[in-house]
Amino acid sequence: MSDTILKLCNVTKVFHPNTVNENRAIDNLSFELKKGDFVTILGSNGSGKSTMFNLIAGSLLADSGEIYLEGENITLVPDYIRARKIGRIFQDPMKGTAPSLTIEENLALAYSRKSKSKIFSINKEDRKVFVELLSMLGLGLENRLKTKIGLLSGGQRQAVTLLMSTIADPSLLLLDEHTAALDPNTAVKILEITKELVEYSKTSTMMITHDINAALSIGNRTIMMDSGRIILDISGEERKNMTVESLLKLYKKESKKELSNDRILFSAGDMGEE
Amino acid sequence: MALLLTGAIQLGMIYAIMAMGVFISFRILNVPDLTVEGSFTLGVAVSAVVATKGHPVLALFCALLAGAAAGLVTSFLHTKIRIQTILAGILTMTSLYTINLAIMGGRANISLFASETVLTLLEKSTGLSSGMVKTIVTIAVTAIVFALLSLFFKTRFGLKIRATGDNEEMVRASSINASVTKCAGLMLGNACVALSGAMLCQYQKSADISLGAGMVVVGLASVIIGEALVGKRNVILGILSVVVGSVAYQIIIAIALKVRLLPAYGLKLISACIVAISLTLPVVRDEIKKVRRGKKNV
Repeated sequence: MSDTILKLCNVTKVFHPNTVNENRAIDNLSFELKKGDFVTILGSNGSGKSTMFNLIAGSLLADSGEIYLEGENITLVPDYIRARKIGRIFQDPMKGTAPSLTIEENLALAYSRKSKSKIFSINKEDRKVFVELLSMLGLGLENRLKTKIGLLSGGQRQAVTLLMSTIADPSLLLLDEHTAALDPNTAVKILEITKELVEYSKTSTMMITHDINAALSIGNRTIMMDSGRIILDISGEERKNMTVESLLKLYKKESKKELSNDRILFSAGDMGEE
Repeated sequence: MALLLTGAIQLGMIYAIMAMGVFISFRILNVPDLTVEGSFTLGVAVSAVVATKGHPVLALFCALLAGAAAGLVTSFLHTKIRIQTILAGILTMTSLYTINLAIMGGRANISLFASETVLTLLEKSTGLSSGMVKTIVTIAVTAIVFALLSLFFKTRFGLKIRATGDNEEMVRASSINASVTKCAGLMLGNACVALSGAMLCQYQKSADISLGAGMVVVGLASVIIGEALVGKRNVILGILSVVVGSVAYQIIIAIALKVRLLPAYGLKLISACIVAISLTLPVVRDEIKKVRRGKKNV
């Protein structure tokens, strides 16, 4: 139990129950995440990936079942309390940072629990830490501490958001398609930064992605979701030997349907050509 | 003319405190807070009553607390009962009308000519002329408020308040209770507004129930003029710009009155026009750009 960060027990979430639109978004789902694990999550639209994140982060409450974070039952804990331990990054790069505050002020917000300065938001030592962390991104932002975040590009903002989430030292980091709104080159760069920061901070991480290749190459475990259930859970040797083609075949077998999502097919085709 | 200018500077300094309060709610918190109209008069009323009892300095602090309480009511209505900010402000402002009359003992105005004010106290103790004391005190109080606010918005908590106005969703996601930061911001803003009212009341030695009317517009006009003159590169410059804007606004008004451009009762219309026109400028600028580009393409 001690090395389990997150545990979902028979969690169910139904939208619009008892109507024609009834949708079992999460269907009696159980899942366990070990400390230090980096799991990537695949699945077509509507398979319940984001709903699962919403349940874990507390944006939605489960209809039944229990959620444990580090052994503590958080099923009914409000979202802003859970946010002390759970960091979350969304698709939209505008959501994670405050645009009219400077880079250092944004970082200071995330750093507040660790900073030695009790009253003022930023001191010299904090600034040193920020410069060091920012230079890890390799985007030249370490020389632009006083630049307003709103002046940065989407990719730069997402990189700063990533940094903010990891320096807050969360128990769990949720990445909800955080590269989907970026151009392909920037997306690759942000994925690299993600990998680096997660390795550096050793944060247990869950990442939703539509890029099968990335899902298999980053992290140490991959799960696939369909109709609110986990239909595939691979790690270790099995995952190492998995190719995009064999994963697609497995998906077909397990879900008894073609992977209909355009984006998955698209990225899978892309990868095939390379 | 010199007398006109010093008068305008003194008034500008007093109203600057109110404008800084408006700046906190409108610009920093991004909340259109109409409580201001009521809390300004609240400051006037509290200041008048406590000063006539013989405690002019205490009167200023009482006004500060009363203003903060008014802000607390509005933020409670907004964050806990989830009434829209504009309506929450209107509700507090309307109820304050009754409360202010009650504080003033049911009278619509109180004269302070017979009682001590902060200004008369200083005149007696220093022996300076009345005009000199007025200038010194108004500038000093505004400078103190400016310095304290500048320091406050550099603190950890001040930064959280600024972030709340900038990206509330992010603030919630980083485990900051946005209700608390909003509440603190509104209390601080209205405390400033009430202090401004308290100063005005002692400055002109009279209190009137209608002194707060139109204050939101005066505050906004100062904020906008200040931003045009000084800019808003960072939060300290932003607050400073409001002080500059407030003084500039009072000078404009004083000159307009002096050359009899408008009768005294035309003030509010002019203030509203200044705000409306300055809000129009960016739109006009964009339109002009479009037209110019269109010509080039042809």
